[in-house]
Amino acid sequence: MANLALKNTTLFTKVAKCVNDCTIRFSSHFIYFPDITKPVEGETTKMNMMQAINNAMDLTLKNDPTAVLFGEDVGFGGVFRCTLGLQEKYGKDRVFNTPLCEQGIAGFGIGLATAGATAIAEIQFADYIFPAFDQIVNEAAKARYRSGAEFSSGALTLRAAAGAVGHGGLYHSQSVEAFFAHVPGLRVVVPRGPISAKGLLLSCIREKDPCIFLEPKILYRSATEDVPIEDYTLPLGKAQVLREGDAATLIGWGTQIHVLLEVAQMAEEKLGIKCDVIDLQSILPWDEETVCNSVKKTGRCLVSHEAPLTSGFGAELAATIQEECFLHLEAAVSRVTGWDSPFPHVFEPFYIPNKWRCYQALTELMEY
Amino acid sequence: MALRNGSRLLKLQVLRQSVRVGLFTKPVVKSSLFSCVIKKVYDNIMPWLLSTQYIPNISQNGGKNAEFPGVKAPYVTEMKFLNETSYDPIPIYRVVDNNGAVIDSREDPNLDKNTLLNMYKTMVQLSQMDKILYESQRQGRISFYMTNYGEEGIHVGSAAALTPKDLIFAQYREVGVLLYRGMTVTELINQCYGNDEDPGRGRQMPVHYGSKQHNIATISSPLATQMPQAVGAAYAMKRRPNNDGCVICYFGDGAASEGDAHAAFNFAATLDCPIIFLCRNNGYAISTPTSEQYRGDGIGARGPAMGIHTVRVDGTDVFAMYNAVSKARQLAIDHNKPVLIEAMSYRVGHHSTSDDSSAYRSLEEIDKWTKDESPLSKLRLYIEKKGLWDEEADKEWAKECRNTVVRTMQEAEKKKKPHWKEMLEDVYYDMPPRIQKQMQQMENHLKKYGEHYPLNQHKTE
Repeated sequence: MANLALKNTTLFTKVAKCVNDCTIRFSSHFIYFPDITKPVEGETTKMNMMQAINNAMDLTLKNDPTAVLFGEDVGFGGVFRCTLGLQEKYGKDRVFNTPLCEQGIAGFGIGLATAGATAIAEIQFADYIFPAFDQIVNEAAKARYRSGAEFSSGALTLRAAAGAVGHGGLYHSQSVEAFFAHVPGLRVVVPRGPISAKGLLLSCIREKDPCIFLEPKILYRSATEDVPIEDYTLPLGKAQVLREGDAATLIGWGTQIHVLLEVAQMAEEKLGIKCDVIDLQSILPWDEETVCNSVKKTGRCLVSHEAPLTSGFGAELAATIQEECFLHLEAAVSRVTGWDSPFPHVFEPFYIPNKWRCYQALTELMEY
Repeated sequence: MALRNGSRLLKLQVLRQSVRVGLFTKPVVKSSLFSCVIKKVYDNIMPWLLSTQYIPNISQNGGKNAEFPGVKAPYVTEMKFLNETSYDPIPIYRVVDNNGAVIDSREDPNLDKNTLLNMYKTMVQLSQMDKILYESQRQGRISFYMTNYGEEGIHVGSAAALTPKDLIFAQYREVGVLLYRGMTVTELINQCYGNDEDPGRGRQMPVHYGSKQHNIATISSPLATQMPQAVGAAYAMKRRPNNDGCVICYFGDGAASEGDAHAAFNFAATLDCPIIFLCRNNGYAISTPTSEQYRGDGIGARGPAMGIHTVRVDGTDVFAMYNAVSKARQLAIDHNKPVLIEAMSYRVGHHSTSDDSSAYRSLEEIDKWTKDESPLSKLRLYIEKKGLWDEEADKEWAKECRNTVVRTMQEAEKKKKPHWKEMLEDVYYDMPPRIQKQMQQMENHLKKYGEHYPLNQHKTE
């Protein structure tokens, strides 16, 4: 009997350990910090990021008769449901599936823009944007420049689901922004939640430059906010200071913003220090002024992104910061990023720059 | 295209061929019983003779198509691979022979005098401009050039069949199209010199022309990228109310190997776009002969495989080109369907000024295409027969063309290049702060070190 009890206890311990391990393994690596400030006055409604993106495209299709939406599987609503209901509402000639070919999607979009239409193209996962790299880098980005502004691809917006999602492995997790940040002529934008997604996407669609809009896919359903129902835009090329402090500047974008907001909270509770948290929002062209003003104030800077370290966009930030803020810096700029490996499947919890790695780096930055 | 088989079926082949060419015409049915029997036999045998299958098959699924969603096809019980020899090659449509004589009068488009003379004069102007600009590159007066020798017929034949509304996407060897559309020699030469009058602001290499006014999308060097773009533009045009224009997209046989070509064909077909794909198959991609470019029946055979109306044309015959593009344009606009035209030609000149083609092909080969199959001489003989042109006029016009080019070059050379600041403009619609800062840095640098830069060749504020 005693034996049996012991056995049961062992079993219970094993089960508990397994549940605990799985919680660590599969739980989200961040807590979502919803936006509480409203970009515009007026009525709001609860939307997750997928719905906010859908809403932005709905408004565009309603107000711009030339606008079309296309990509792989967008007709039935998209694999992430971002285009849900739009084909029924606007017809098959405005919201349609293309053949499965990313270079075709990008090229087709450039052509629409060249002929004066508004083109919103979807690349199913940012991991699959590389077949379209040539069209984006050599064509879309350079069309205005090479023609002396006679032609341009400004009316093209490429949306792609990006970033870690918990179990995406090599080809459903990548953050591709740095590849495009090296391309003059492009705008690269990453929202951090529903309100910013709607405002920034509407800006991208209307902006007279070709835009790549990278949507952190883990936020599609998990992030919910009170989003204004009316039309509004948020400025491109501008960063946003989300939390203010004087001890250090934490810079990130997309999902990583929520990791950094939690790290700033931890630092306040555990270390009694306050940090600036900056959402860069626009990767290219990026807001040097906001970033450098903050670092000049705090003297310390931590940059964090999911993408690998080497030649990640953090490198550009760090180099500019040391050039512009050299006399203000109290410590070397710290970069907490994904490792220089492909994005792994079962090792994801060890790969991502989570709050503990950022927190450790921040403490080391403060002790420098 | 009929399926081909071995010699044992030769007789059947001959029989079927006769049916196809119409030797067996449908009997005129009168009310007699005998005629009815003949008609019955005829109706039963004809489908069999026209079929592409050889051995009798055991009927499956009641002879109906199988129900796989991917294709509409019946089952067969004979296993057979198909390859590039399974089909007859697509024939080459031509209207005039080497002497400029119309082969079948029903095919003569009977173009008016002005059009004919405009076509011929454009070809001569192009060829004279090529000659002089090629030489000027050799003298180091411009950095680069590409000639159009041998392909002039494709250019003017197709351009004459289009309207100014039709949007042009070109590769780079289609200058005749641009000239015919109305771009002037001055505009073209200004681009080659990258002077202040170049709308492209001297940013691209020579021959990368473009003109918003003439509906010609600016040319870029990456091959075939313009193909899916042209399809997107055609889609946008289709959505315009009362659309009466189409898009024409030119590309070479080498560019057709790019992934973008595949994307373009497939998107155009599935999205029903009013576009004409015009392939210039001139036998070479720089040094690579078509035998190393593809193993199928040219580029044309890919059209039907993608669900695209396709025709192969003699590209040295302006009238064949004209007829094909006219019909293609109608098909594209009236039915929102893509059309593929494979224009056969020969690249008589070197690939570019950076290429010496004698390293990979013989002079005799080139000679044939310069003499016997020249698009210029075919059209000249045609208009001479009509009494619209003679040797005197020919000499006169060639001289005038040369003078225009030489005079324009002298003028273009004297013009200043754009202000250096234009190097950083038009990257974005508005200049971002970081680029403004870089412009300031360069300005400060030039204040100190300006003497080491060719500032005097550029405009100043």
